[in-house]
Amino acid sequence: MGVSAPEEIRVAVEAAYRDEWGQVVATLIGLTGDWDLAEDCAQDAFAAALATWARDGVPARPGAWLTTAARRRAIDRLRRDRTQGAKVRQIAVLERDPDEPSAEEIPDERLRLIFTCCHPALPFPARVALTLRTLAGLSTGEIAKAFLTTEPTMAQRLVRAKRKIVEAGIPYRVPPAELLPQRLTAVLAVLYLIYNEGYDEVDGRRALAAEGIRLARVLVHLMPQEPEVRGLLALMLLLEARRGSRTDDGVLVTLEDQDRSRWDRALIAEGVAALDQAVAMRCSGPYQVQAAIAACHATARDAAATDWPQIAALYAELMRLAPSPVVELNRAVAIAMADGISAGLALVEELAGSGKLDDYYLLPATRADLLRRDGRLAEAAASYEEALKLAPTDAERRYLAGRLSGL
Amino acid sequence: MKYVLLLCDDERMSPSMEEIAVDPAHRAYAAELERRGASVGGARLRPVAQATTVRVRDGETLISDGPFAETKDFIGGIDIIECADLDDAIAIAARHPYASLGCVEVRPVWE
Repeated sequence: MGVSAPEEIRVAVEAAYRDEWGQVVATLIGLTGDWDLAEDCAQDAFAAALATWARDGVPARPGAWLTTAARRRAIDRLRRDRTQGAKVRQIAVLERDPDEPSAEEIPDERLRLIFTCCHPALPFPARVALTLRTLAGLSTGEIAKAFLTTEPTMAQRLVRAKRKIVEAGIPYRVPPAELLPQRLTAVLAVLYLIYNEGYDEVDGRRALAAEGIRLARVLVHLMPQEPEVRGLLALMLLLEARRGSRTDDGVLVTLEDQDRSRWDRALIAEGVAALDQAVAMRCSGPYQVQAAIAACHATARDAAATDWPQIAALYAELMRLAPSPVVELNRAVAIAMADGISAGLALVEELAGSGKLDDYYLLPATRADLLRRDGRLAEAAASYEEALKLAPTDAERRYLAGRLSGL
Repeated sequence: MKYVLLLCDDERMSPSMEEIAVDPAHRAYAAELERRGASVGGARLRPVAQATTVRVRDGETLISDGPFAETKDFIGGIDIIECADLDDAIAIAARHPYASLGCVEVRPVWE
């Protein structure tokens, strides 16, 4: 941003960008139906804010100021290019309410925006990119960096997604009640992926975890009656609370060995509170169950105090709601800790026999860990070696190598 | 007898509707149809990137982006429908018996 604006104005504009970008873009798309125009005019409004606020001071309602500025900009742009009937109609819509609306009158359009960005007719990577660009306000370059691809590739992904929305007729709206459960699941999957992509400590991706949490907070604000939205926020907060202690000097640290004094107590308290609110709505779902499991770990005084029978029961519930071999593997660990190693190992062997987790390093790593606890060190070593060949990151390989040499 | 002609290409060229309207080859084809009185209706489909595929399994409507390619299915018919938006088109497609047997690809028409 410009160098001439005083520091406090730049801070104010940056804060407004974080808080208002999605709302300004969402409103402009709602008015014009033109995604590119909406983004361009929002960008112009923020640039104008830098100059105008430095001169006149920061307005009482920055969001309303920015929306009005973006709308005026859109009218100018459309007038200049007033050749088609559609443009004239757009101008008429934009000019319908030229006065600055009061804050209470601005409907929050972000919900329409997020459901449209996450429509299942769009390819999944495009849903993620579009949500980060239009709702979170990340630049195309930032999104490209986060997903380890080039800016032109990411730009093309965004262009194609916007073209499909227009040409295939994807409606700009919150889905009606009969479609809502399915579509909300798609939205939550996008937000959780954004969080997870930032969970591992890789440069340029870390910001995604914060964006995932921010978007989940926005969605809780917009849909306070949906328990799974709160469940997802709770899950993110509880994972985030212990993220910093997941690795030590580039080596993975398992939950059991993490320094719990480094866990973020404020995030845990907020996560547990969000989960309690969700559970009070009495409609269970996979995010609430995963958050409940994370809460069991986060609130255990130490590893030995972990309530494994409760965690095993929660994994059984998760298998009922959203069955997957990875969930079953986690259930096997909980069973091993609650009912004895042999019961857990039997489940792991059953999974291995099914072939569903071939090439997944956590299968041999889990087997190795259970064998080690059982004192079967030669067999454990063989499984650690198998896991080492499959582990995807250096932190995981270093951890496994450490275990192997410590047998 | 009625027949449906399924027009296939690799999308390497994407002329505008105006270009097609003045293209001699297309004009000759249109004139031939008219001479024979054979045309019942037709539509040009937007590129396959704009396709959405609908399946119904166990009563649940499954939506995926893109065409139904790489399956063993073949085009078995076409319906041309007019409705408000893609969600309506998906709802109609999901009601077609083929959505439960195979799948229905929803393609917007050039207009």
